[in-house]
Amino acid sequence: MVGVNTLREMYEQMVTARRYEQRLQEEYLEGKQPAFDISAGPIPGELHLAAGHEAAAVGVCAHLDDEDTVTAPHRPHHVAIAKGVDLDRMTAEIFGRETGLCKGKGGHMHLFDPDVNFACSGIIAQGCPPAVGAAMAADKRNEDSVAVAYLGEGAVDQGAFLESLNLAAVRELPVVFVVEDNDWAISMPQDRITDVDTIAERADGFDMPGVRVDHDDAIAVYEAARDAVGRARNGNGPTLLDVQVHRRMGHFMGDAEGYRPDEDSERAQRLDAIERLADDLRDRGVDDAELQELRELAEDRVEDAIEWAKAQPEPDPADAHEDVFVDDPAAASGGDD
Amino acid sequence: MSKPASDPGTGGVDRELTMSRAMVDAIASEMRADDEVFYMGEDVQDYGGIFDSTEGLLEEFDRDRVMDVPISETAYVGAAVGAAQAGMRPIAEIMFADFVGVCLDQVYNQMAKNTYMSGSAVNVPMVLTTAVGGEYNDAAQHSQTLYGLFSHLPGMQVVVPSTAYDAKGLMHAAVRSDDPVVYMFHKRLMGIGWMPAPEGPKTPVPEDDYTVPIGEADVKREGGDVTVATLGLHVHRALDAADQLADDGVDVEVIDLRSLVPFDTETVLDSVEKTGRLVVVDEDYQSFGVTGEVVARVAERSPDALEAVERVAIPDVPIPYSRPLETEVNPQVEDIVAAVESVE
Repeated sequence: MVGVNTLREMYEQMVTARRYEQRLQEEYLEGKQPAFDISAGPIPGELHLAAGHEAAAVGVCAHLDDEDTVTAPHRPHHVAIAKGVDLDRMTAEIFGRETGLCKGKGGHMHLFDPDVNFACSGIIAQGCPPAVGAAMAADKRNEDSVAVAYLGEGAVDQGAFLESLNLAAVRELPVVFVVEDNDWAISMPQDRITDVDTIAERADGFDMPGVRVDHDDAIAVYEAARDAVGRARNGNGPTLLDVQVHRRMGHFMGDAEGYRPDEDSERAQRLDAIERLADDLRDRGVDDAELQELRELAEDRVEDAIEWAKAQPEPDPADAHEDVFVDDPAAASGGDD
Repeated sequence: MSKPASDPGTGGVDRELTMSRAMVDAIASEMRADDEVFYMGEDVQDYGGIFDSTEGLLEEFDRDRVMDVPISETAYVGAAVGAAQAGMRPIAEIMFADFVGVCLDQVYNQMAKNTYMSGSAVNVPMVLTTAVGGEYNDAAQHSQTLYGLFSHLPGMQVVVPSTAYDAKGLMHAAVRSDDPVVYMFHKRLMGIGWMPAPEGPKTPVPEDDYTVPIGEADVKREGGDVTVATLGLHVHRALDAADQLADDGVDVEVIDLRSLVPFDTETVLDSVEKTGRLVVVDEDYQSFGVTGEVVARVAERSPDALEAVERVAIPDVPIPYSRPLETEVNPQVEDIVAAVESVE
């Protein structure tokens, strides 16, 4: 049975992530209206929002410490928030500012926060092998930290994922693979591209447990992840956790979702794991005033981060030539004439 | 200002198309003419290609000929190789050129080498389409052109259209080629609703089929003072730079390379022998790439003609996200102007 304080924290993180993305969306669209231009406005480039995925982030990360590694894909904000990534510096990175997590070089798909062992990559499934590597390092050093690799259900047909499952299994490494199944690989419904009923079945071929959480429920994710993370931490090898989530937005901002049936979009709006957790909290005696207070705290935190980020300086163009190597910045300048 | 040197033979053609419409026009025509032609990639059915590369095809062709595939580039690009060797004419799309990393073996060890390794006992008549380029702040893993990577590895022909006219003609040529052709379309030129293109790539496009031969560069603007050789998005930037420089009395010749493999050395050489000054502009990494190759070919063949040379390319850094950083590394019009002035 999960304690009410844990649930309260999970709720706060979920509403923080949801609010954060609402505000990012507003900032992103600034300068992109009425004619949408992906390169305009204070946040240019692609923006992949994770509204509807929050339960998968908080239910797993509730079991992790800073020493545990998490890799996330191109849709990373909710996982980063649940892992404890510095919100101010993450926001500054998304705004492309000098004091961002990556000095403005990475952007929203490429966030690195070594303080809490978080990283993400824009190429799907490619975070799986580095998560296996983090687990390998812990294993070799006899440390009890674990690694978690997040990916979407569209990524489960990639070699990097399947090869990582096998390597983690054969070496009994402390990894949890978390598939966020939102039913859509951009415009491709799952049954068009993957011929299994659930992604959890993939685990069978690698001799590891595959666990399906078939409804978007933070408590169910928490309980499944407790077993999976515990198994990894106790030296019993990897687990594949397959979590049903819902994509409340397009694949990226600007995706008009012309391919998606209305009823599917409406269903994603209706089935909200945040509302479900709020109901659970009420059942445990947390009243509406307290929930409201948690939401307001989250809003303040988000607003502070955005305000701080927007006040940060843009990077000096000359900085573009640094950071290719840590030891010899001059070697990176390439064309020196 | 001088008149554009190349007349694409569109006199009397009223129909202007964006680059994506012209590309789809050619694909549809080839699919109509030959049942062995089919297109596969991610999000190419209902979405119509993330960068509109297949928009509208599903209205005419069924889902076996316009195929969504799992996000498994190794499997489906490799399947295109196999289908091509079986005699079909597949077109396979890698959504972003950056994603070639996940299936490089099928591209460079299979698609590109099977003809040679077999002593031409087999051939691979497929087209590999892929979106390239940056300038919309999509950062290091979604902004590369990788022109040099594909061109360096022997066995694939590589084309890069910069106008709608060439997009159609090169696609016809690519599908009809008996060899693998990598068809690299620049996102910024396609005319996508959410990513505005400059005016240049939208051109008259005849209804009838025609080919633009693979391996022929195009002099986009004649001039006698400095040669600027470039490709893709930067053809249009070079033309803008040439217009600016014309106001200062500098007469720039702009060459659209269009094909990297095979490479049209003669057109570049003819120009440099006239101007004596060469600027090569590339949206790929500078070292070991297109700029060095162009300069080397001219230097080998006509060293005496080359009075001054300059390269403008991405310095050897991954593409950064933040706008001022990306602008710093991706050649801008003013960078081209400065390079021309430095050799002039």
